[in-house]
Amino acid sequence: MKKALLVLVTCLFCVPLFCSATAPPDFTTEKQFVARDHPSDNGTAVDLFWIPVQGVIQNEQLQIPPGSSFRSLVIEKQDSLGLWQTLEISNDDLLAGFFTDNDNILADLPVAYRMIRIDETSEGKHIEQILYASVTPSAQWFNYRKLPLLILLLMLSFAVIYYIIAARQGKELFIRRINGLESMDEAVGRATEKGKPILFVPGIGDLDDIQTIAGLTILSQLAYKAATYNAELLVPVSKSMVLSTAREVVKEAYLKAGRHDSFKKDNIFYLTDDQFGYVAGIDGIMVREQPAANFFLGTFYAESLILAETGFGTGAMQTAGTAQPHQLPFFVVSCDYTLIGEELFAASAYLSKEPNQLGSLKGQDFGKLIIVLMIIIGSILEIAGYHWFKNILMMD
Amino acid sequence: MKRTIPLVITFIVGIIVLSSEFIPHKPFSSVNESLENWFLVISGFAILLGQLSLLRVNTLKVTEKVENWQYYLAGLISFTIMLLCGLFWGTQDAAGLLGNGDKIISTLGIKPFEYLFVNIYQHLSATMFALLAFFIASAAYRAFIVRSFESTLLMIAAVVVMLGRTSVGTTMTAWLPQNLKFMHLPNIADFIMNYPNNAAQRAILISAALGIVGSSLRILLGIERSYLGGKD
Repeated sequence: MKKALLVLVTCLFCVPLFCSATAPPDFTTEKQFVARDHPSDNGTAVDLFWIPVQGVIQNEQLQIPPGSSFRSLVIEKQDSLGLWQTLEISNDDLLAGFFTDNDNILADLPVAYRMIRIDETSEGKHIEQILYASVTPSAQWFNYRKLPLLILLLMLSFAVIYYIIAARQGKELFIRRINGLESMDEAVGRATEKGKPILFVPGIGDLDDIQTIAGLTILSQLAYKAATYNAELLVPVSKSMVLSTAREVVKEAYLKAGRHDSFKKDNIFYLTDDQFGYVAGIDGIMVREQPAANFFLGTFYAESLILAETGFGTGAMQTAGTAQPHQLPFFVVSCDYTLIGEELFAASAYLSKEPNQLGSLKGQDFGKLIIVLMIIIGSILEIAGYHWFKNILMMD
Repeated sequence: MKRTIPLVITFIVGIIVLSSEFIPHKPFSSVNESLENWFLVISGFAILLGQLSLLRVNTLKVTEKVENWQYYLAGLISFTIMLLCGLFWGTQDAAGLLGNGDKIISTLGIKPFEYLFVNIYQHLSATMFALLAFFIASAAYRAFIVRSFESTLLMIAAVVVMLGRTSVGTTMTAWLPQNLKFMHLPNIADFIMNYPNNAAQRAILISAALGIVGSSLRILLGIERSYLGGKD
């Protein structure tokens, strides 16, 4: 484990060696106008380099004083008909001597450019120089700009797998207590005692949103507990794909609890795709059915406070969780328990108490340690005026 | 088998999508787009499932005359009217089974579906959104009650930020000299928003990102299978 991490950290610090392909050309040995394939892309961009000339400006009506001259610069691209089309390049880019053209470039098709230097005086204009450059862009097999991301991902993955193996071998892992999840038993018990339903809201995200999936994994545990205690579970959803998945998840949980007969298919139902229509529907359910416990776990936006406040008004015990930082304050104010950020994703593993899953949580904690160390090192180096560490981690 | 096949598909697709992030070459570069298109196609079919569920649940409640069954009936009627208007006379750009409904357009000014959308649906939606203002007031009242040291800090920070964002706040500290510019309420509000608030939000985002990586790994490796209904 330690050796593997050492290799990955070494790789991380070697990133600048791989990324040197983006360096500008040496104009003393090459032409003064160079076109190169944009590195680490899918072959749909070309980098253009030229010697920056102070005072060069493109396509502007200039008031040139008598007796003086001004050089302007135009860069053109040859289109499919062989005609030269002027590229829209800002004056800042012209002065910088670098431009990335990603307009209508296709991989493996050659593209030609020309740069025209025009000398403008009060008497008129004349072409000073025309330089040509061409290149055939191609798709690359690896995006070196994302190498730091890959290395960090591998480090985190190794840590997760290492702790999973350690947990399988019986190593004791300390996982901090998450109050919001410990409250699930209390919520189900309360609903059972009062004879009122439990309301689970998976948010307005679709199934391609990891927060919705995290919510559904918690639903599985909640449905199991609800089935065990014979409490009624209501799951209104806003996306049809989530409907079918949520039904399957709840049905399997009831089967697992041996209460297949108690499963009510129609308790997991579709309301509407519309954000505020969905809120109105759920508010109506909360006011009419008076659930004993509400769970808001998934993706939430502006509807979060409307839901949580209505639930608060009905006196239900509320647990919420989302990774949307802007909605968390609303949940914190109106709910009894709030799962903040990662706690939402950790919930299923935490509740299952399986060594495999708990090991992965420990791996995440290791990832946090790496990030904290990197933030501290980065801050110190930046304050000291060394920017190489930040540059390593910048993807563009 | 019921679990194994979905797990194998999840693993293969997950690895392909992950690879496409780092490999710009075809076919990896176009994989994400293709999968998104597949998702849209499947979602399109799944919409029918949602509508059927809506109809079934509401019809059952009306036929069984459950408490407040009138609300469910209202929902069904609204659904049917919108469906028929869209089906017969089309929506904004598409014609319906009976064409564009030119006679109706001459009376209403727009197509019936659009008329209902603009004059009823949009107002109902705006009303729900407007409720947020009242809920913010009630939630803020509870949040700012001074009960502990932390809630006192929260209240002070909130008052400073709110004042700093208004002209009253600017006026209140405008008399302070330029060398005490950092004491101006708008500047203090900006400081609170840009540093402590931003730092806390980034901490949440970083931890959430780590949670997503961990969660994705668990799903990819088949350790997390609650979304499939648990273990075999």
